[in-house]
Amino acid sequence: MFLAPAIVLFLLFFALPIGYTGYLSLRRTKVSGLGLGKGSRQEVWAGADNLTAAVADGELWAGWSRVVGYGALVLVVMLGLALLFALLLDSAHVRLARFARIAIFLPYAVPGVVASLLWGFLYLPSLTPIGGIDFLGATAVTFSMANVAVWGGTGFNMLVLYTNLRAIPRSYYEAARIDGASELAIALRVKIPLLVPAIVLTTVFSLIATVQVFTEPTTLRPFSNTISSTWSPLMKVYRDAFVTGDLYSAAATSLVIAAVSLVVSFGFLRVVRGRAFGEVR
Amino acid sequence: MTRLVPTGVLLLGALYCLLPVSWVLVAASKSPGELFTLGAFTPGSGLLGNLAELSAYRDGVFWKWTANTALYAGGGALLSTAVSAVAGFALAKYRFRGRNLIFNVLIGGVLVPSVVLAVPQYLLFAKVGLADTYWAVLLPQILHPYGIYLARIYAGAAVPDSLLEAGRIDGGGEWRLLRKVGLPLMVPGMVTIFLFQFVAIWNNFLLPFIMLGDDGKFPLTVGLYTLLAAGANQPSLYNLIITGALLSIIPLIALFLTMQRYWRTDLSGGAVKG
Repeated sequence: MFLAPAIVLFLLFFALPIGYTGYLSLRRTKVSGLGLGKGSRQEVWAGADNLTAAVADGELWAGWSRVVGYGALVLVVMLGLALLFALLLDSAHVRLARFARIAIFLPYAVPGVVASLLWGFLYLPSLTPIGGIDFLGATAVTFSMANVAVWGGTGFNMLVLYTNLRAIPRSYYEAARIDGASELAIALRVKIPLLVPAIVLTTVFSLIATVQVFTEPTTLRPFSNTISSTWSPLMKVYRDAFVTGDLYSAAATSLVIAAVSLVVSFGFLRVVRGRAFGEVR
Repeated sequence: MTRLVPTGVLLLGALYCLLPVSWVLVAASKSPGELFTLGAFTPGSGLLGNLAELSAYRDGVFWKWTANTALYAGGGALLSTAVSAVAGFALAKYRFRGRNLIFNVLIGGVLVPSVVLAVPQYLLFAKVGLADTYWAVLLPQILHPYGIYLARIYAGAAVPDSLLEAGRIDGGGEWRLLRKVGLPLMVPGMVTIFLFQFVAIWNNFLLPFIMLGDDGKFPLTVGLYTLLAAGANQPSLYNLIITGALLSIIPLIALFLTMQRYWRTDLSGGAVKG
């Protein structure tokens, strides 16, 4: 059976860890006595305690509120730019299109860690070529972080949208041109409506990635003391699991993150599905 | 006007995207002293010194990281492509009960946040004594839902049923059909899957960050992060970090520029002719 390797890998590296997370989230350590001798620390059932604690955790909510602000910025700017660039590349009136396409896609080849690191240096007051702005201050840091994600993600999304645009038969535009429509009108009235499924797809993937933001804030932390170790929900999971060693609440928190990303992506799909069109890939 | 404005906007976008890359290219040429004194885009004279210093750093651990990254990304992407291609072929070309269920469950894996997987994967690997080994980074990244999705679409479009039927009539076994008919026709799609997986593994930070403790096994992303975490308060290490960052992006950028065709045509998952 040709599917056997995929199924075995799925069970081992997807199903088993998910199940184990579920199991851990229902457990806790019980300390008896002073918690010193052997056997004084036991794992016991905790029921839904960890999950309710995770949902009620103020630190986690503070993380969510930061990520919502950051995510809204990233999604709007990144997808807006990606759509704009894709439409411009697709229009007949552009020179140097090949150069621009390659240049804008280039950041996709740069790992998130390296992107954050490069921008981190560009933000540093002692090195920045753009003076006068405190990029790493408490208010600006969200924008600075969003900029790293926009920089890294625009090209990929642009290419997805552009590839979809190229697949639209040219004859659609001819008809509009004969009717006297300008390039701008064609872009707004013909191209964008036809692109909606691709826009939805890129939005959902970007949403999922944003909910899980980890690399950028983690890498920018050494540059700035305004980013806490629990800046994003995922960073809190990491800290709980590996710094403070509380696996059980880390498991519960990661389930909350999974639930949020599922609700957000399906909620988004429902909203847009109800709106303009009947079919989402 | 109609030409100038769109071209101008695109060039601004290109400039923005090239800014950090061109900055690091210039900054890597500066000696530690020049870094703070020369203008941001004025080349310095320290490139060779930086390279030598980076190579000497902790007995050449940077090159170890580079080799590790190549192993993780190359080996992982190769295995991933093989698994995706075979599974995609089966899902596209055989009708059996539960086919769509299996496909949907495999694809649903995309929605699972990486941390829900990475933390328990670490714990489970630790239980069987494989945490902090090469396997701990390699194995979890083989199965990739997007790769299977691409492979299924590609196999559906590129492998004609009639060819498989003809092979069966000639008495070819299913394995033989896969090897002699299916996979050869799927090669262009497999190149795309390989590239995607290669970049995804090369760029991955969370999984190796969680799995590995021994810095001799780090990939570049985790290595550079630890270098940064150690050096953020010591400007004397900046030139090492900057040079390392530059070296770490050169291979991927080279891969991009040489493989343009595969990036462009197959990206949204559609089939491509040739």
